[in-house]
Amino acid sequence: MSALSFLTRTRGMRRMDWTDWLSYAYLTLGLFLMFGPVLWLVMSSFKTEGALTEFPPRLLPYGQKQVMVPGEDKPKPLYRVRLPDGSVRELPELRRIGLTATHVDPAQPDVPIRVDIKDREPVRELRFALENYTDLGGKLNFGLYLWNSVFITVVATILTLLFNSMAAFALSKYQFRGRSGVFLLILATLMVPPAIVLVPNFLVVSELGLLNSLWGVIWPAVATPTGVFLLRQYMLTIPDELLEAARMDHAGEWRIYWRIVLPLSAPALAVLAIFSTMWRWNDFLWPLIVLSKSEKFTLQLALNAFQGDLVTQWNYLLAMTVITLLPITLVFAFLQKYIAQGIASAGVK
Amino acid sequence: MRQAARTPWLFLGPNLVIFGVFTFLPIVINLYYAFTGGVQLYPRDRPFVGFENLATLLDCGNYLDPSSCRKDIFWRAVWNTARFALFQVSLMVLFALTTALVLNRKIIGRGFWRGVFFYPVLLSPVVVALIWKWILQREGLLNGAMVAVGADPVLWLGEPGWAFTWVIFVSIWAHMGFYTLILLAGLQAIPADLYEAAQMDRASPWRTLRRVTLPLLLPNLLVVLVLAAIRAVQIFDEVFVLTGGGPGSATTFVVQFIYQTGFQEQVRLYGLAAAGSLLLALALIVLTLIQLRATRADKAGERAR
Repeated sequence: MSALSFLTRTRGMRRMDWTDWLSYAYLTLGLFLMFGPVLWLVMSSFKTEGALTEFPPRLLPYGQKQVMVPGEDKPKPLYRVRLPDGSVRELPELRRIGLTATHVDPAQPDVPIRVDIKDREPVRELRFALENYTDLGGKLNFGLYLWNSVFITVVATILTLLFNSMAAFALSKYQFRGRSGVFLLILATLMVPPAIVLVPNFLVVSELGLLNSLWGVIWPAVATPTGVFLLRQYMLTIPDELLEAARMDHAGEWRIYWRIVLPLSAPALAVLAIFSTMWRWNDFLWPLIVLSKSEKFTLQLALNAFQGDLVTQWNYLLAMTVITLLPITLVFAFLQKYIAQGIASAGVK
Repeated sequence: MRQAARTPWLFLGPNLVIFGVFTFLPIVINLYYAFTGGVQLYPRDRPFVGFENLATLLDCGNYLDPSSCRKDIFWRAVWNTARFALFQVSLMVLFALTTALVLNRKIIGRGFWRGVFFYPVLLSPVVVALIWKWILQREGLLNGAMVAVGADPVLWLGEPGWAFTWVIFVSIWAHMGFYTLILLAGLQAIPADLYEAAQMDRASPWRTLRRVTLPLLLPNLLVVLVLAAIRAVQIFDEVFVLTGGGPGSATTFVVQFIYQTGFQEQVRLYGLAAAGSLLLALALIVLTLIQLRATRADKAGERAR
């Protein structure tokens, strides 16, 4: 089989016809459109502040080359300078006043060379501005925002798993009056979009003293109808005989839930854990209302606040955005199968 | 063996308490807010005003012309939302359907390609908005490309028409993968023998699509349509970060009106915000009823297969 026919064969072992070519063209365009913007963000986040203001922008992060000059503490920017005698040399700039810049040859640091700024251009090199990332910790309280986001995501997800599985256990393994009523009631909350109850929820949370507290974001989020539904459907498939056998052995109801039903529901719990992590990590509108003090901001709120600043420091903003999308990208890379499965089975996002 | 009757309720307890406090109670309070006035947050301090809030919102010379309304910004938001939902939903369903059809073909690396379209769905709205803001800003990548081909740079987010267009584009970009996945599941549930039969009858691919695929996919399409509409009506996050509702009020939508009225303005008119959300809820109830009917059609369709 020749290489071409290997490449062009389809799964049905036919040769490619024009509709196949069209499909791959569509998919390639999709790849470009879907990943391109994210890739552009990531590449831009490695540019220096100077390179970011360049227009038209360059694809790769170029920064001005810098060299050490004897007698100076900081490295100096390097320029390609055309000297009066017509020769061109690469010299670092010491200082610049108006249209005249003072350059120097590092080999002879005592001989200043005055140059008209028309006669020089910066020397560029491919340089990844890692300082965009390393500076975040100190300058922008980044660690605090990260901690707030992680705290909300982890605690809310654990509580979601616990509470929702308890409710699902009751709804799938007990016969009691009002069971279907309760189930319907829980499902009905699916239809109450958070935007509708914004104002009263604000009142409830402030009455509970949870304004500007991370718990004000966590508590309203931990009872999810989706989670109860997903887990209940799964627990229905666990045979009741297992529970009966455990009761024969005088196991308590909590023990049955904790030691038998919960471990057996691990696949469904995993799906819910992934969803809950994404929901809480990405939450915006509700935290925006509850958390107004900047030391309580989550990453999403901090990003929003910085981009709204009069002077947006794009180099830091971009780096922070990349870090914010990193965990989600990892979840996507490794757990995509489970997410697709969850959406297919419950029709939720 | 008889269990204690209260055991299941103990297990249900935490969930029900949270639903009660943060969902059902707020629904009731929301009604109260909508019919009381003033700027106080605590219900006991708020004077009863009856239908005044609703009347303020609905006071309009001509509903099609927001400038003739007392709360012109609300009606601008309403019409923006309607226009947005119309374009966004129809384009989204169209692209999701096309993508699902392509992904359903015999292609190499289907899992990979499916992932490509699904990835943006997972990103947070703030991140989505920032990614595009960075591209669309005055000295961004897109204007760089414009200059490279000899065109003039455009203020993509500064001109009302363009801002609205990009808001639609970005929201489709971010959510299309979700609907593609649902439609793909629907396509894969269509029995293969139907296609074999169509092939036997020498039906053209186009005819097969129109006579076999689309009719059988119709229930899923309906569900996707209504689901997308319910979401579109509630659009807020990514637009708020991308354009802030501007320029002017070109991309201000209903949820942003509620947020601004209740939380962003100096004078916080909770009653007006609640009345606005009541009207939004009304629209959503209508859409949800349509969805329930569509789902029933979906189930019926499954039985018919």
